[in-house]
Amino acid sequence: MSKKIIATTSLAGCFGCHMSILDIDERILDLIELVEFNKSPIDDIKKFTKQVDIGIIEGGCCNSENVEVLKYFRENCNILVSLGECAIMGGLPALRNGIPIEECIHEAYIDGPTVKLNEEKILPNDVELPMLLDNVYPCHDIVKIDYFLPGCPPRADLIWNALVALITGNEMDLPYELIKFD
Amino acid sequence: MSEEIKFKIDGKEIIAKNGQTIVEAARENGVYIPTLCNFKGVKPKGSCRICSVKVNNRFMTSCTTPASPGMEVYSNTDEISDLRKSIVELLFVSGNHFCPACEKSGNCELQALAYKYRMMVPRFPYSFKKKGVIATGPKLLKEQDRCILCQRCIKTIKDVEGRRYYAFRNRGNKLEVVMDEAMSKTISDELAKQAMDNCPVGSIIYKEIGFAEPIGTRKYDKKPIGSDIETN
Repeated sequence: MSKKIIATTSLAGCFGCHMSILDIDERILDLIELVEFNKSPIDDIKKFTKQVDIGIIEGGCCNSENVEVLKYFRENCNILVSLGECAIMGGLPALRNGIPIEECIHEAYIDGPTVKLNEEKILPNDVELPMLLDNVYPCHDIVKIDYFLPGCPPRADLIWNALVALITGNEMDLPYELIKFD
Repeated sequence: MSEEIKFKIDGKEIIAKNGQTIVEAARENGVYIPTLCNFKGVKPKGSCRICSVKVNNRFMTSCTTPASPGMEVYSNTDEISDLRKSIVELLFVSGNHFCPACEKSGNCELQALAYKYRMMVPRFPYSFKKKGVIATGPKLLKEQDRCILCQRCIKTIKDVEGRRYYAFRNRGNKLEVVMDEAMSKTISDELAKQAMDNCPVGSIIYKEIGFAEPIGTRKYDKKPIGSDIETN
């Protein structure tokens, strides 16, 4: 059996879900036997070099770059998996939903109690910066997502069981203790 | 009429007392039917529909339907499980249920039902409500975006004279449960903790103590909701 190809990315996430992938401990050696990584922060490949079997998405979409990357993943991955609460429902970044963007930016760069070094009251305005979206969106609001693995972060065993099932084509065995939202 | 009623839930014989509802009889006979708005000591009103069962091929709320002899009740079927799951999903998307940031996570009945029915993602779009938090009282805060309007707090949290601490305010989609500001200042510690426990979600939160129980030891971490009732 040829190795399955995996790609991962972190959008508006904290990399906690990626840390949880590494939490499979020594099974990572088995994983390397089963899969090959393509575009991912794990191997630092920036662009897809071939069609990928499984794309793992951490984090929701909070800016234009997230949307672009997510669409890029959808085009290049046969299966997309939303990993973790942020990808599934926006997560903590989505707490800003309902608050006007202007208010958020002012709080972060001018009015916030921890802002000390911005006497000229400059707001980030470089053209290179991605535009913030009006809300933080779950990934399945932007593209079609095939599987959802909840958790903050998802338990390592949940990721392992689900990944092995996807790779081998078997049914997922996800016991009660592994499906948690926190 | 005899005092004892015999009927069936999913083929299992249930012996009920005359006047008992399906949910009560099921509970006493080791069959778990989920409830949210229904609560011990409160007159059932059948508003959340999570306890829906099929009685003689019709959907009924089992908290308001009295047991009657010979009735055929179906509770644990794929169709009913999916109906209940969809109700849980609707409740999830109609508020802001950010489990990772909620003090009630692990002890939350709504979350436990989502685990039980294996909700991986709601099939409905999130609404991201912004009703805000009322935290004027000294002991309790009320997170309005988590409230599912079940009325448990309204009906069960009362002072010695029977006056209610909580009440509805506004109507329609502005409807919310609020705490009486004057009374909130004098609520006892015990009653405040009970208010938090009675709340099936994380809407009523006891102030200053949070996340005290570590993950793994909380109520629904290892065992699904209702497993203490189920005997098979």
